[in-house]
Amino acid sequence: MVIPLSWYLILAAALFSIGFFGVLARRNAVAVLMGVELMLNAVNINLLAFWRAIHPAELTGQIFAIFVLTVAAAEAAVGLALIISIYRSRRTIQVDALDLMKG
Amino acid sequence: MSLPTLDFSLILPELVVLITALLVLIADLLWPRAASRGREQAPAVLALAGLILAGLLTLLAGEWSGATLQGMLVADALARYLNLVVLLAAALGLLLSWSYLPHFSTQRSEYYALYLLAVAGMLFLGKSIELITLFVSLEILSIALYVLTGFHRGQLAGGEAALKYFLLGAFSSGFLLYGAALFYAATGATRLADIAAQNAGGFYMLAGLALFLVGLGFKLAVAPFHMWAPDAYQGAPTPVTAFMSVGTKAAALVALFRVVQAAGSVPVGVWATALAFLSLLTMTLGNLAALRQSSLKRMLAYSSIAHAGYLLVGVVAGTAAGFDAVLFYLFAYAFMNIGAFAIASLLERPGFYAVQDAGIHAADGLFGRRPWLAVAMAMFMLSLAGIPPLAGFFGKLYLFAAAVESGWAWLAVAGVLNSVISAYYYLRVVVGMFMAEPSASAHLRLPLPASATLAVALTALGTLLFGLLATPWFQGISR
Repeated sequence: MVIPLSWYLILAAALFSIGFFGVLARRNAVAVLMGVELMLNAVNINLLAFWRAIHPAELTGQIFAIFVLTVAAAEAAVGLALIISIYRSRRTIQVDALDLMKG
Repeated sequence: MSLPTLDFSLILPELVVLITALLVLIADLLWPRAASRGREQAPAVLALAGLILAGLLTLLAGEWSGATLQGMLVADALARYLNLVVLLAAALGLLLSWSYLPHFSTQRSEYYALYLLAVAGMLFLGKSIELITLFVSLEILSIALYVLTGFHRGQLAGGEAALKYFLLGAFSSGFLLYGAALFYAATGATRLADIAAQNAGGFYMLAGLALFLVGLGFKLAVAPFHMWAPDAYQGAPTPVTAFMSVGTKAAALVALFRVVQAAGSVPVGVWATALAFLSLLTMTLGNLAALRQSSLKRMLAYSSIAHAGYLLVGVVAGTAAGFDAVLFYLFAYAFMNIGAFAIASLLERPGFYAVQDAGIHAADGLFGRRPWLAVAMAMFMLSLAGIPPLAGFFGKLYLFAAAVESGWAWLAVAGVLNSVISAYYYLRVVVGMFMAEPSASAHLRLPLPASATLAVALTALGTLLFGLLATPWFQGISR
């Protein structure tokens, strides 16, 4: 039995939405970052599903997903470094506590 | 199997910038230990030399034409102008960093290497005609800028700005990628030319374009996706703000232009109307928020959001004249905006610019303290407000004229009304400089480092010359 494309797309959309909600609702910077990662990986599922179901002749979808993974790793490295640097000086990583600048 | 075509001569300026970035990173190690004075300056000198070399290569390259690296990058007239704008902005920002950086950091190599990587990302973004390349270039420039924004580690606002910029930037990448995935689903291609050739319609293309616009809108600081920008611009070291406010906008606008051109099957009316409303919202919100700022830097940050709105007008127009106007305005904007930030950076107090950067009254009485600086700042402010005969006026004139020609008269009217609003807060600074007494906290002798003075002089000259010689320049761009 072949799983239809729509199932993958629904899974990806649901993951993307969960990540989106996480970014908006979470106050901890690390949890926000996890939300972002969920969104990026939802896109990866999409890319692979589209590749497999619609355009299996060329590898573009797979290659794209690998690039997304790599960039997401680089982003996570920089993001976590920033979070650590802020934690050292502020002793908190709650995003709503970071309110020095307003207006 | 055919071998890929790799014509490296078409990406020579980018390669020069990348190689310089690597050299700068190890400059500290290569430099003889005895020559301590030269050692401090080495990264900046190297970086500036690399930028100038890249600029010369762009200028001397003749007529660029054609795609390279298997149709992933294109070297065309558009990319050439973008190269010049970005390299100009980078060189001016680098001159500012020269005297600014030693105030808060000794990590010169790291700073300039990241700076050059951001430049390289922007240059590649301008040449990208393929979705994967476009995404990777965008991330190269963004990741380098996240770190640069938080480079002043002793300052709490810097880290906060960097984190906000990072979280929202990464968040927006998700949207951009979802859009790219939908383009891929609709057409099976990632090259923009192939996507255009497929002429696929339907839900995937429309939704893909919408998500792509959201993603690029974040990078461009277009309202309602602008909320990171004031904080990032205020918290970042001022030279970085000056550079990224111009460079990122320029590169992302070129990418936006290429993508909307490729999505030809989506009716023009649909995306143009969406962009027109975004543009209206952006300039109105930017200008209204700028009115009530108490920090000079934050005011300039909101002014830069408003300018993103003006620049979108040219993309909305959708014609060649419209985008020529955008290119002209980007040049003018590079001069006047970096000039304004340059003076804001000079007014900051070394050692004290934590959160209390230059307040809105920091420029008060500047004419009595540094007359030429005050005259230059007045020129930048008047040019940003769009008052003739300065560069900003002609930029807006071309933009709004292009909008009227292609039937967006209401948008042009909104733009003009917005310029009137913006004149209030720009002129308030000018009036303060010439009429008000210096605030008590202002020290009397304002230090003027040579490199920053050079940057101010160059930007002032550019603002004036681009205004006086606007017509020949614009014709040069249109050609």
